Amino acid sequence: MVSAKSKASNKVIFVFLVVFAFAILYPLLFILNNSFKGKFYISKDPFSLPTGETFAGITNYVNGLVKTGLLNAIGWSFFITIVSVVFLVLFTSMTAYYVTRVKSAYSTGLYYMFVFSMVVPFQMVMFTMTSLADRFHLRNPLGMCILYLGFDAGLSVFMFAGFVKSIPLEIEEAAMIDGCTPLQTFFGVVFPILKPTAITVAILDAMHVWNDFLLPYLVIGISTKYKTIPVVVQMLVGSNGNKDMGALMAMLVLSIIPIIIFYLTCQKYIIEGVVAGAVKG
Amino acid sequence: MEKTLKRYFLIFTLPTVIAFAFAFLIPFVQGVYLSFCKFTTVSNATWTGLANYKAAFSGGQGFMNALGFTASFTVVSVVTINLLAFTIALLLTRKIKGTNIFRTVFFMPNLIGGIVLGYTWQQMINAVLYKYETTIVANAKFGFWGLVLLMNWQMVGYMMIIYIAGLQNVPTELIEAAKIDGATPWQTLIKVKIPMVMSSITICMFLTLSNSFKLFDQNKALTDGAPMKKTQMLALNIYETFYGRTGYEGVGQAKAVVFFIIVVAIALVQLTFTRSKEVEQ
Repeated sequence: MVSAKSKASNKVIFVFLVVFAFAILYPLLFILNNSFKGKFYISKDPFSLPTGETFAGITNYVNGLVKTGLLNAIGWSFFITIVSVVFLVLFTSMTAYYVTRVKSAYSTGLYYMFVFSMVVPFQMVMFTMTSLADRFHLRNPLGMCILYLGFDAGLSVFMFAGFVKSIPLEIEEAAMIDGCTPLQTFFGVVFPILKPTAITVAILDAMHVWNDFLLPYLVIGISTKYKTIPVVVQMLVGSNGNKDMGALMAMLVLSIIPIIIFYLTCQKYIIEGVVAGAVKG
Repeated sequence: MEKTLKRYFLIFTLPTVIAFAFAFLIPFVQGVYLSFCKFTTVSNATWTGLANYKAAFSGGQGFMNALGFTASFTVVSVVTINLLAFTIALLLTRKIKGTNIFRTVFFMPNLIGGIVLGYTWQQMINAVLYKYETTIVANAKFGFWGLVLLMNWQMVGYMMIIYIAGLQNVPTELIEAAKIDGATPWQTLIKVKIPMVMSSITICMFLTLSNSFKLFDQNKALTDGAPMKKTQMLALNIYETFYGRTGYEGVGQAKAVVFFIIVVAIALVQLTFTRSKEVEQ
């Protein structure tokens, strides 16, 4: 029994939501639109569509890629994100399993330190961590993955530990009685049950690592070939006073495309994962 | 079982613990110590007691200005984001067609990294201001509201998802009963729905609070503190103190410790809030 009045108000709401959706999409359409304009037309007439004179084809994309080496950066971003996430899911689930199942001063102390690290802002360890990374030769892509394993361990262990607690002990005991070693028990019995949490942890950590700017900027720096996407974008804008706006627009578009593809393909998991992370964290 | 697992503690915990020590534990302890020292690198520190802390709070360091800017930005963005997100969550739980598409679009900005977002919005805002022959860095007010706008754009969809989950958990019988008793939609909202989603409100308030307070990437990209460091937030101020000029590393570290203490205080308030809610339910 939907009344005429509520039907009418639903229409108003629908129009409002469409307008809001347009407002959300507009900044992305704005950079997409301008990425096809000649660089001198962008600031003069930023809101119109590119026409014959202002249309620059893919010039901005070519210029930007030559200037920044963004394709390399996309490659390194992928490498660092994937390896870090694999490290995190594998090692922190094992650690979480250990600290939940073994009751000792070592495991309790470890657990509380992980939880504590979640609260500490990055600025607190920024300087000292960079110099430590320097001394132990971690200023390279693989070193970055080790640092991310340590830096995101807090949240990941916390999420896994919360789930391990809810698994009944009997299953593991049965496996042990059947002669499984702890490693076999973990990978054969426990880890498959942890899969939903593993997906959540993977998504949360992947988003953090992929978008992170300061850690790669400080640790890997701007003068190596291992720059990640946010570092390249920052350099393109921050480096010279004479900015190529067209190239900037094109590079912003290229930086966003992988995220949109990732989002549209695993949307359900991403939304669920992010919400689960928010509620538990 | 616990005993057998205990013997495997190296395999289960060592990789995480080593990475955690490099990325967090050692840098954290060093950081606390160095905040009481004068140094330019980690190895040439000399003890100076509380001198860094005194310097951090003295004028000319911009720390208090940054604290003021951060606090007012945080208050404004927490209020606006949550009001907007809650309103949209209410609209999206009315079974309007296209709800799923709206959710997908609204949540998307949350996945894009702060640096890329910051420059996208900088270009947008400057395009609008171009007509008035000014830019975002000309006036601190532009920077402030630009940052609020950006933060809303990024976080409304995220908070909306949490509110939707909360609203969907409100038992329909309660709302039906209120209707039968003659409650207006407004009364139902205030007396039934809002009290039932208090836990979602707490989560969203603290998520927006800590995200706004610790903001760095967006601040760096959008204005980088301009004009005259008037739009500089705490995290950026600390970063500039460390890397902006030599000789102030100790002051930067002291500021980082103060920043850390404020963040921990916020987290403790959140914890007591959540605990007291749990008792009530």
